[in-house]
Amino acid sequence: MTTVLTLIEHPDGTLARTSREALTLARQLADHAGQPLHAAALAPVPDEVVKELGEFGASVVHAIEHPELDADAAAPAIAEALRQLLDELTPSAVLGSASDRGTAVFAHLAARTDLPLAANCTAITPVEAGWEITRIRWGGVLYEDAHLDAPTALATVAPHQVVAAAASMPATVELRVHAPVLDDDLHVTRSVDREELSGGVSLATAPVVFAGGRGMGSAEGFAILEELAGLLGGAVGCSRVATNAGWRAHNDQVGQTGTRVAPDLYIACGISGATQHWVGCMNAKRILSINTDPEAPMVTRADDAVVGDLHDFLPALVAEIKARQG
Amino acid sequence: MRILVCVKRVPSPGAKITLTEDGSGIDTRHLGFTISPHEECAVEEAVQLAAAHGGTSTVLTLGPPTAEEQLRNAIAMGIDHGVLLPIDADEWDPRAVAGAITDAVRTLEDEDGPFDLLLFGNESADAGNFQVGVRVAHALGRAIVDGVKGAEVTDGEVRARRSIPDGFTVHTLPTPAVLAVKEGINLPRYPAMRGRLAAKKAAIRQLPPTPRDGGLRTLRLRAPQQEQTPTRILGSGADAAPAAADILEEVGLL
Ligand SMILES: Cc1cc2nc3c(=O)[nH]c(=O)nc-3n(C[C@H](O)[C@H](O)[C@H](O)COP(=O)(O)OP(=O)(O)OC[C@H]3O[C@@H](n4cnc5c(N)ncnc54)[C@H](O)[C@@H]3O)c2cc1C
Ligand SMILES: Nc1ncnc2c1ncn2[C@@H]1O[C@H](COP(=O)(O)O)[C@@H](O)[C@H]1O
Repeated sequence: MTTVLTLIEHPDGTLARTSREALTLARQLADHAGQPLHAAALAPVPDEVVKELGEFGASVVHAIEHPELDADAAAPAIAEALRQLLDELTPSAVLGSASDRGTAVFAHLAARTDLPLAANCTAITPVEAGWEITRIRWGGVLYEDAHLDAPTALATVAPHQVVAAAASMPATVELRVHAPVLDDDLHVTRSVDREELSGGVSLATAPVVFAGGRGMGSAEGFAILEELAGLLGGAVGCSRVATNAGWRAHNDQVGQTGTRVAPDLYIACGISGATQHWVGCMNAKRILSINTDPEAPMVTRADDAVVGDLHDFLPALVAEIKARQG
Repeated sequence: MRILVCVKRVPSPGAKITLTEDGSGIDTRHLGFTISPHEECAVEEAVQLAAAHGGTSTVLTLGPPTAEEQLRNAIAMGIDHGVLLPIDADEWDPRAVAGAITDAVRTLEDEDGPFDLLLFGNESADAGNFQVGVRVAHALGRAIVDGVKGAEVTDGEVRARRSIPDGFTVHTLPTPAVLAVKEGINLPRYPAMRGRLAAKKAAIRQLPPTPRDGGLRTLRLRAPQQEQTPTRILGSGADAAPAAADILEEVGLL
């Protein structure tokens, strides 16, 4: 019987949240088609992860074993290993998460198999002659419904769009070793070095983000946001206008082509709220917008707003915080 | 050194995207057009590398005839040549696009010799398929790295820095090579008047692609539900500071 296969990731020895989301979608598809759910993962797969995969309904886990397939592995090498597994299993569908690695591996898998690939999906259902899928476009402001016509469906699952849920009945897991045969040139793009971003609170995980846009006026204008972030253990973000003006490094940019943030509080200062910026901050639990223009989308979409000049408001906020911190 | 950079014409929406009545696409009647910021950076990188190493740069797009505008904008930034793969539709599916670009690269290379570097955006701004560059690289048997935020070219080798969530990984690729570039690799220039004049007059090469079916067909676009709760106005300046500090307390930051 054919299967639904899911490539999962287990950094730091635990099943990644994005992999749980992909498994949830894959299990729905497998249940719908009456096929078993299999998972594939780079070896070694810790016992904890195998157990969790069972809870998500995977009856077989394929541990992909090869000396070059480690944290520095090249995407084409992982994709070729997966392709060889596809040859063996002929699954009806292969899913993964649209994570940093998943995205690259699936593009290479699609290229190597010459199959269509639907990236960043939120739903996938078998229909007559193929599948109907829903995927995100424009970084998340739009959904696209599409028909996928392929002998095997390849899809990555958009992060944090599917609610991960364990199976109603956990599966008993069989662990199998998959040892691919890989040509040397598959490894040419292996990473040869790593550079870590230095220090500070990470933009992606900060509990509060102070973001500045054109309204900040200058690179120096951001000093007050640095001060506020320092007072509250937050991070400084910015709009693309601020990056393009050379006021901030691109690593600070929030939005479609920057970083996605989901803090408890997002404070947008002098940012109009273009869609491409909005997709980067819309998952914040609460948004406070400071803008002279009451009609700015960032103001109308925010929970709270200060309609006025940020140069009046921000120094007063610093003083108020210092007073309350004592 | 010969460099090819691939860009895609996309609508440039403002704060809200309006769909056509039948949901088949974006209502572009009142919109301008642009390319992805990643691609803008790829264009800038091509101009800089061609200048630094001596050589020529070419920009290519597959799109409606109006996509000439995006080619000319790239030429205004300093790209030497423009190639249009004209199609009747606004877009093709990513597998079909990759096939057509691969054919075009082969044609251009047969005529003038190989490109040392093919540059793509990491993903297109509208469709975000995250695959066209990889498919082309694979079809041509060339190494590719995606998410590239830094590139150095030395004799027969490209050293690429790939951005990952908490930093960078470093990769070395033999040329000819392919890079999928991310915004942040450089600061794209604003085209000078001279460049814009030259771009107006530049000849655009037309290479009509062979139609093919990619396997992924758009049925409709939909805007996600958005609950619009009224915004609470805290004040107009310094007077709003206490209310804002109250929010910081509510959220547990103070
Ligand atoms: C494909 C694509 C991808 C993109 N990706 C991103 C992305 O990742 N991130 C991103 O940010 N943008 C992105 N953009 C750009 C985006 O469309 C906007 O151009 C950008 O977000 C606008 O930045 P801004 O809000 O700072 O500037 P503006 O739109 O100019 O807004 C400035 C705001 O500041 C207010 N203001 C001015 N002075 C003051 C003051 N003294 N006090 C208070 N308020 C003041 C104004 O009323 C205005 O609302 C992308 C664009 C495209 C086409
Ligand atoms: N129609 C097109 N014409 C030229 N290049 C394209 C086209 N579509 C995609 N590309 C290139 O491929 C990259 C990735 O696109 P995608 O796979 O759609 O996310 C883009 O950033 C462009 O560089």
